[in-house]
Amino acid sequence: MAGRVIVITSGKGGVGKTTTTANLGAGLAALGRRVCLVDADIGLRNLDVVMGLENRIVYDLVEVVEGHARLRNALIKDKRLEGLFLLPAAQTREKDAVSPEQMRTLCAQLAEEFDYVLVDSPAGIEHGFRNAIAGAHEAIIVTTPEVAAVRDADRIIGLLEANDLPNPRLVINRLRPQMVRRGDMMDIDDVIEILAIDLLGVVPDDEAIIVATNRGEPIVISGRTKSAQAYRNIVRRIEGEDVPFMQLEEDGWVDRLRNLVGIGRKKTRGA
Amino acid sequence: MLEFIGKLFRGEEDASKRVAKERLRLVLVQDRMSLSPQALNAMKEELIAVISKYLEIDEAGPEVSLERDGESVALVATIPVKRVTGLARAGR
Ligand SMILES: Nc1ncnc2c1ncn2[C@@H]1O[C@H](COP(=O)(O)OP(=O)(O)O)[C@@H](O)[C@H]1O
Ligand SMILES: [Mg+2]
Repeated sequence: MAGRVIVITSGKGGVGKTTTTANLGAGLAALGRRVCLVDADIGLRNLDVVMGLENRIVYDLVEVVEGHARLRNALIKDKRLEGLFLLPAAQTREKDAVSPEQMRTLCAQLAEEFDYVLVDSPAGIEHGFRNAIAGAHEAIIVTTPEVAAVRDADRIIGLLEANDLPNPRLVINRLRPQMVRRGDMMDIDDVIEILAIDLLGVVPDDEAIIVATNRGEPIVISGRTKSAQAYRNIVRRIEGEDVPFMQLEEDGWVDRLRNLVGIGRKKTRGA
Repeated sequence: MLEFIGKLFRGEEDASKRVAKERLRLVLVQDRMSLSPQALNAMKEELIAVISKYLEIDEAGPEVSLERDGESVALVATIPVKRVTGLARAGR
């Protein structure tokens, strides 16, 4: 049976597509799945660094597509997790070095060998985006709880629908429970209400993610933080499990005081 | 101290997320209604085809556009009718 090709996209840059792709890929591999990560951000390759595999690149996606390298020779095997591979983007080529048709063929080829093919999309809605979605069967949209990011996500949802990728699922990234509690950040319900799509998970804003990224190690592999747990939950949901949303914040003294005084306030729903 | 307690229990009304949500809602109304000229034209053609089954219309005349009024969007179509066709009368 052919594997699932899932594109991770957002419209806006810097919201966490690459971080999400790396962690979901590593998380799926940790469950024993065969996973290939595809960096579709041609000219701005990133996923290799986030995965800590940048020193092992020999060939890239464009060379494979152009027939200058064989696919199996371009795939980098992650030594930490059995069954995890990366197909890096080209760094010195233009986005239009690859066509959507070529991406479709490439993804189909990979899907024959892997359970999951995760495609990390570049920002924007132009050629690079169309390449990234070309071979996908499913889409995950990443957004942060900010006006510009949610607006772009809405645009992307429309474009995915127009390209036969209906029902994308949403990952809300960099949520800050304390700001939500203060009323200074849109909460999960606000974002879901506005975008009207299914929630796949919520990842809190967490310094540990930046630290892990500095080291080139996806936090999902051995992190003990809530953010790592959030990725593990998302992975299980992708696998079809019904995982309850965890609470993102412990009850602080303010909560206890509020409860004591009887002033209820909505808790931050979790990841 | 009073101010501090006020802050602690302050409602969400004066917080920035309300502003964010409201701005987002408004901007999305605008974004979502922008149909590409091709899509608008295709819709116009199909509308003409459907309406022509019932009414004889002036093929050159129809105007179709999306108009915004605050938060709501309306599809406004002006389609000059020449005469009611037999099919429509028979269908009564
Ligand atoms: N949940 C998070 N908490 C803290 N930092 C994050 C989180 N998600 C992403 N980041 C950081 O945000 C920056 C942009 O993330 P990245 O995945 O490269 O976004 P994109 O691929 O959408 O451009 C990176 O520095 C990354 O480490
Ligand atoms: Mg990226």
